[in-house]
Amino acid sequence: MAAKRKTPVKSRNPDLIRGVGKYSRSKMYHKRGLWAIKAKHGGVFPRHAPQPKAPAAAEKPPKFYPADDVKKPLLNRRKPKPTKLRASITPGTVLILLAGRFMGKRVVFLKQLPSGLLLVTGPFKINGVPLRRVNQSYVIATSTKVDISGVNLEKFDDKYFAKEVEKKKKKGEGEFFEAEKEVKKKLPEDKKEDQKAVDASLIKSIEGVPDLKAYLAARFSLKSGMKPHELAF
Amino acid sequence: MPFKRYVEIGRVALVNYGKDYGKLVVIVDVVDQNRALVDAPDMVRSQMNFKRLTLTDIKIDINRVPKKKTLIDAMEKADVKNKWENSSWGRKLIVQKRRALLNDFGRFKLMLAKIKKAGIVRQELAKLKKETAA
Repeated sequence: MAAKRKTPVKSRNPDLIRGVGKYSRSKMYHKRGLWAIKAKHGGVFPRHAPQPKAPAAAEKPPKFYPADDVKKPLLNRRKPKPTKLRASITPGTVLILLAGRFMGKRVVFLKQLPSGLLLVTGPFKINGVPLRRVNQSYVIATSTKVDISGVNLEKFDDKYFAKEVEKKKKKGEGEFFEAEKEVKKKLPEDKKEDQKAVDASLIKSIEGVPDLKAYLAARFSLKSGMKPHELAF
Repeated sequence: MPFKRYVEIGRVALVNYGKDYGKLVVIVDVVDQNRALVDAPDMVRSQMNFKRLTLTDIKIDINRVPKKKTLIDAMEKADVKNKWENSSWGRKLIVQKRRALLNDFGRFKLMLAKIKKAGIVRQELAKLKKETAA
């Protein structure tokens, strides 16, 4: 293959409309200077000597010919991107959770994970919401922002939140009659440490703003007379 | 029972319906039984039905259909803006506008302030009650 040019090739034939160029074939021949190249090489257009073809590997005849011609599906080259983040949601925004166990809780947004979910924390000491993933659709973004600069979020991604795989136990006949043992899963210590580390600097910047701590501790609810479409969040 | 606010030339009114909702305008002429010619410093002079206007207490001194410049000068002389913003009606509207723009945190702080104020008032009342009882 010829070496790639540093600048992409700019067409010398501008479009009048799509599909129709300004210059005819003969004009383009003259513009490209093909007559000059031919003149330099004595009336003949220069040709490369054909490159030696690599010897084709001997192909074995296949063992099996399928009875029907099966069509191959088209290749899918689509790479899914994480959900587009609303412009109102930036790191440090206070969000209101609308569904789930922590419905109504006001929570601090940390970052968007590669799966598109939002990484969020209470902080845990203030309102009991741990480091958690939350879907953007189940969230109201308020215009209140918290300073989040002192927090290191590098280690958090979707794999951190994956469920732990339990080893399959072989079921014997006797075990069917035994009451299943209730194993309460304890939160591993390192996750607790992560929570404390993230929350330490957050809590400091929250306590710098008057009433913000009480605000995050309280739950949001619609009261009489509040019209959500008229409220500014 | 008698009326206190009359439709007259120079009466300042509040628009309560339509494109210019919430604006203070001056009645500069009466077209017929239902409509007035109305003008304000920041709008084109136009007709409005009286049903779209709520009369205020403020009146300015102008002739019928003054020029814009005369109107603006008369409004400055009568100090319409300050009179309106210091009246209880005007102050209420300003508070309404400010409350509509509050965000969620603002509403929370408002709630805390209301509770605090009510607490102080109740304390004082209790003190006064004790004094009169004693």
